[in-house]
Amino acid sequence: MDCLSLREPLFFASQLVTGLATGGVYALVALGLVLIYKASDVVNFAQGDLVMLGAYIGWALSAAGLPFPVAFGLTLGLAGLGGLLIERLVLRPMIGKPIIAMMIVTLGLSSMLRGLLFILAGTDVRRFADDLLPTLPLQLGPVQVSPIYLWALLIAAVAVICLGTFFRSSRQGIALRATADDQQAAMSMGIRISWAFALSWALSAAVAAAGGILLGTLTGVNFTLATVGLQVFPVVILGGLDSIPGAVVGGLLMGVLQNVASGYLDPCVGGGLKDVFPFFVLLAILLVKPYGLFGRVRIERV
Amino acid sequence: MIAPETGVFFTTYQADRRLHRLPFARLAMLTFLAVLYVVVPLVASPYQIYVLDTLLVATIGALGLNLLTGYAGQISIGHGGFIGVGAFTSAILVSKLGVPLAISVPAAGLLTAGLGLLVGLPSLRIKGLYLAIATLAAQVIIDWALSRPAIAGTGSVAAPRPGLLQPDRAYYVVLLSVTILAVIGIENLLRTRLGRALIAVRDQDIAASVIGVSVGRYKLLAFGLSSFYAGVAGALLGHLNGAVNFEQFQLDLSIQYLAMIVIGGLGSIPGAIFGAVFVSLLPILLRNLAGTLDGLVGGGSSGLLSSLQLFLFGLVIVLFMTLEPRGLARIWRSLKDAIRLWPFSHEG
Repeated sequence: MDCLSLREPLFFASQLVTGLATGGVYALVALGLVLIYKASDVVNFAQGDLVMLGAYIGWALSAAGLPFPVAFGLTLGLAGLGGLLIERLVLRPMIGKPIIAMMIVTLGLSSMLRGLLFILAGTDVRRFADDLLPTLPLQLGPVQVSPIYLWALLIAAVAVICLGTFFRSSRQGIALRATADDQQAAMSMGIRISWAFALSWALSAAVAAAGGILLGTLTGVNFTLATVGLQVFPVVILGGLDSIPGAVVGGLLMGVLQNVASGYLDPCVGGGLKDVFPFFVLLAILLVKPYGLFGRVRIERV
Repeated sequence: MIAPETGVFFTTYQADRRLHRLPFARLAMLTFLAVLYVVVPLVASPYQIYVLDTLLVATIGALGLNLLTGYAGQISIGHGGFIGVGAFTSAILVSKLGVPLAISVPAAGLLTAGLGLLVGLPSLRIKGLYLAIATLAAQVIIDWALSRPAIAGTGSVAAPRPGLLQPDRAYYVVLLSVTILAVIGIENLLRTRLGRALIAVRDQDIAASVIGVSVGRYKLLAFGLSSFYAGVAGALLGHLNGAVNFEQFQLDLSIQYLAMIVIGGLGSIPGAIFGAVFVSLLPILLRNLAGTLDGLVGGGSSGLLSSLQLFLFGLVIVLFMTLEPRGLARIWRSLKDAIRLWPFSHEG
């Protein structure tokens, strides 16, 4: 394949569809990141490890013989509990500390979770049983897609609708938004800040676990799953760090950009562009439109 | 003249401006340096010298990151990448172009500083978390660029040392001298207009700009200086190991450096040194510990050991952040105070 040569339209279509499909998983993981950021202004560098944690729990449960839907639900629950625990033990003492402290504590958390999972589960690739989800490739026009990607899209869509309604109309959701907006004001209105943080971590861990199971069925469960935690940073910056619709749109868009760019440009630079291209996009966005497509612009006045 | 409790008074500006104002402190420092220069090379085993060398390199790198993150308040998750750029630059200059070490190391520092200025550009527009994520992007992109065959060849580049520095002991003396220069340089830098401007930018950037500090310029300067330190550290590291490989300089290295300055204590020079020593020694101590355990249990796996290392590394970071956010430098100072004031401590 020559550099920058025009390909047949089918190639573009297949890159596009694969991109959309990967984007669904990105959207799901990015959602978790946005949730925590919205509530507590913490960017969680351990999101990828939460994804991996969820995948391992899901794998362990389904390997124990539970039917898939039960295992899936139970995983979300357990991951949510894990999120609560993490918040209580690690993040709670850090309330009110500067950004850098929060950031570094989540980096430390990431090492801890990864080390713990290695100790408990080793580094072998674990595979889900094949018949969990229908795995026959679907024909979408001329392009074949693995249905797992469609599941990811579907689950991401469901998650977005649920979370959107939750934030817009439920009491807890409004409390979370108030906390994100102004912690002191929220506190004086009788909102328990600590509970809001705990809730956001539980939700985020559950969403990450859903992403983990989907990714795990796709690629097998091992430590490489955690790299998705890095890949979602361009996604959330593109969509806006504090926007739930932004996470979804950003996820889909980034999935497409990544696949199309690596499809066309990889021969020019000797490969590996798939993992790097999103970060070029990230830098461009930060320079041009730092709060992303849907993020709230923070204006400083002197 | 050990305890300055009653105040220290000087009659000349020159005396007041000295780095170590008390004769006792000067004496202690000179003794410490004498031990490092004379006694250590005589008594330490080759392995101990090698470990000390890695500590010195880490110290230089940590000082650089501390200048940027601890003093200027700009979080960088790309320090590992900068160190990589320095390492590759010097290695390529020496092994492919035959440039002497005395030129290639500063050249590596300068090139990395230029790159640092480039990476620092977004800091003119964004700050805090957004800037941290921009440096993360820089780290990933640098990783990728270093792994291109045009730079890395088959994956690693030889980084030879000239014959005179071939023995580890000789190289140790060089590293020690560079580290001391780095410490003195940064200590003096922070007492100048530049250093005060950096601290002003960290504490309140808007207020700083109101009193006439050009915020953007100083942020860029901080990026440049910090990358210079990173480049020098990387170059020296490459020549210490004899080869550089792009896999050495990935995100986990950046995290290690962040951990060093946080565990040591942000915005403190002794802190950067303590942190570099602590974080570099941690895996070695754990390995020894696990070695003893292995002897007891009878053969374990190295995979388990590295997982345990990763876990404990994270645990130490989390514990420091939650229990003593001001790090080892703070613990060191409390300890000194406690000893100095004993038995009449005024804190109950």
